[in-house]
Amino acid sequence: MARGGRIVSTTAFKLSAIYLAVFTVFALVFVLSINFAANRLFNQQISATIASEFSDLAIAWNEGGVVGLINAIDGRSNRPGASLYLLADSNGGIVAGNVNAVATEFLARAVQTPAVVGYTGDDGVQRVAMVQVVRLSGGLFLLVGRDMSERERFAEITRLALIVAGVLLLGLGLVSWFFVSRRVLRRIDSISATTRRIMAGDLTGRLEVAGTKDEFDRLADSLNAMLERLEALMRGLKEVSDNIAHDLKTPLSRMRNRLDAALASADREAGREAMAAAIEDADQLIETFNALLTIARIEAGSTDEHADEVDAAAMVRDIVELYEPVADEAGAAIVVQAEGTQPLRGNRELLSQAVANLIDNAIKHGRPADPATPPSIRVSVRRDGNDLLIAVADNGPGIPEEERGRVQERFVRLETSRSTPGTGLGLSLVAALAKLHRGRLELTDAGPGLLATIRLPVAVA
Amino acid sequence: MRILLIEDDRETAAYLTKALREAGHVPDHAGDGLTGTDMALAGEYDVLVVDRMLPQRDGLAVVAELRKAGAEVPVLILSALGRVDDRVTGLRAGGDDYLAKPFAFSELLARIEVLARRRRPGESETAYKVGDLELDRLSHSVTRAGKAIPLQPREFRLLEYLMRNAEKVVTRTMLLEHVWDYHFDPQTNVIDVHVSRLRAKIDKGFSPPLLHTVRGAGYMVRGPRR
Repeated sequence: MARGGRIVSTTAFKLSAIYLAVFTVFALVFVLSINFAANRLFNQQISATIASEFSDLAIAWNEGGVVGLINAIDGRSNRPGASLYLLADSNGGIVAGNVNAVATEFLARAVQTPAVVGYTGDDGVQRVAMVQVVRLSGGLFLLVGRDMSERERFAEITRLALIVAGVLLLGLGLVSWFFVSRRVLRRIDSISATTRRIMAGDLTGRLEVAGTKDEFDRLADSLNAMLERLEALMRGLKEVSDNIAHDLKTPLSRMRNRLDAALASADREAGREAMAAAIEDADQLIETFNALLTIARIEAGSTDEHADEVDAAAMVRDIVELYEPVADEAGAAIVVQAEGTQPLRGNRELLSQAVANLIDNAIKHGRPADPATPPSIRVSVRRDGNDLLIAVADNGPGIPEEERGRVQERFVRLETSRSTPGTGLGLSLVAALAKLHRGRLELTDAGPGLLATIRLPVAVA
Repeated sequence: MRILLIEDDRETAAYLTKALREAGHVPDHAGDGLTGTDMALAGEYDVLVVDRMLPQRDGLAVVAELRKAGAEVPVLILSALGRVDDRVTGLRAGGDDYLAKPFAFSELLARIEVLARRRRPGESETAYKVGDLELDRLSHSVTRAGKAIPLQPREFRLLEYLMRNAEKVVTRTMLLEHVWDYHFDPQTNVIDVHVSRLRAKIDKGFSPPLLHTVRGAGYMVRGPRR
């Protein structure tokens, strides 16, 4: 019973029922209108026949009087497929013709126009005929009529056709509904089953694409694309939590071990050293948390808070000046191209931090693989249409193209840089800061090296 | 010096009170904003350390109330928030310095001592002298043992800040804030490199060294011990 209810509630059933109803109504209207037109045609033809009979009989009447008329009627009455003729006196007495009897009140009534009347034929069968009566001089009535069973037969045929067509339509509808619904139900069932499997946690599942390019294929394609994205997000989330676990647990356990050792140590100096190291670990943790909080705050913030007129060129020159000695110690040369003024609306502190992060990254990770090549860092500020570009380029190993999006995520560090100190949050912070200023961070190939560009839209004056 | 600590977290307060006492100061403690305001107005304190989030009366309101009452005591605001705009609102309310939690005690101590110094006369000094090192703020010149030492503008400001706070520990964060006007953590030892460059200019070839590294805290310019 549940199955029956299910079938009735399917879209396929509902659609089939609607199609069937619409087709039936159309077929009905079509057949009825044909019937109506045919009837009219028949009636016209019969009226015309009756009219021509009258005119023929009128000639006989004019030429031979009553006798001529009777002869003409008798002659016509016996032809096969003959019309109905009746010559009667005013009392209804039959003078000539092939009609047995006719009601006198009918003779009086149906004088002018042709009318349809029922009558009993020679074979005793009830029939219908169209008749017209003309009153002749001398109190005689002349009736000419035409049997209409032909028309009735046609009506019978169309009725039959209607029934056959109806049955056929219903049958075809049922058959097509059966196949369509079975097909549709199967595909929907397969989609439901797959989604249930995916909901149960198996994100690798994909919907079947039949290759028919129908709406189900399009639906399956969209859902598969969505699943692809979800899977990537979940992978990213898992990676982030793995990284958080790693980046926070490592200094925590190191700190714990150090404090443990300090507690057990009999040597006062060694104990102090262990504690100092533990404090360093704690500082690293705090730094990581601060960076995380800053990113979260920036991501939730808006640029209008504490936005000022900032001269990007001067800001970049200041930051380069701050980092120049560090770069120098690392053997790297910093070249800055930031002449004049580049006005920008933003937060100097946050933008400085973003540029500082990029330079810091370039110093730490932008070392060329070949030790003979000296590291070189190029920092520039320039306008590109309505955008202001702050770019930091190094000549190091760069970031593989497929990793460039990923490194902007939180805690993502390239395998090659896992050993260098850092929170893995630097680029995420820069990306968040760029976004806060309605811009974005673009990572491209400096050939060789990494070219990190903060692209910020500036209001056109 | 006398320090009033307005902090509602018992453990933090106990730890800070003890550490300040060990550093040779005389700390008092208030557990809420109202008591803190009363104590600050009644007592003679050199520095106030005010937590931003307090029961009864918010830390910023305490500072605003004190300033309204005409108290000029330097105030250091502590906050767990540490956002860029929080620092701005904190200083606008009348605070003199702002320190985000968590912090190293050495950082707090250094800032308290520098804050207290601001109260003493000599703020408008035009020249500083530590040992045989002299800095003239008007002519922007530095000499050591009478010999002129050419400095870059930033190096000059760095030395100026260190000498103004001579005999006091100055942390890396304080230098970054006052010499460069940055409040973020640069992650790398940028300040150390700047300081060692400055040291190479003012200490190299002279004796005794005047610019010292204070381990685990920061730097200090200190004259020769008598």
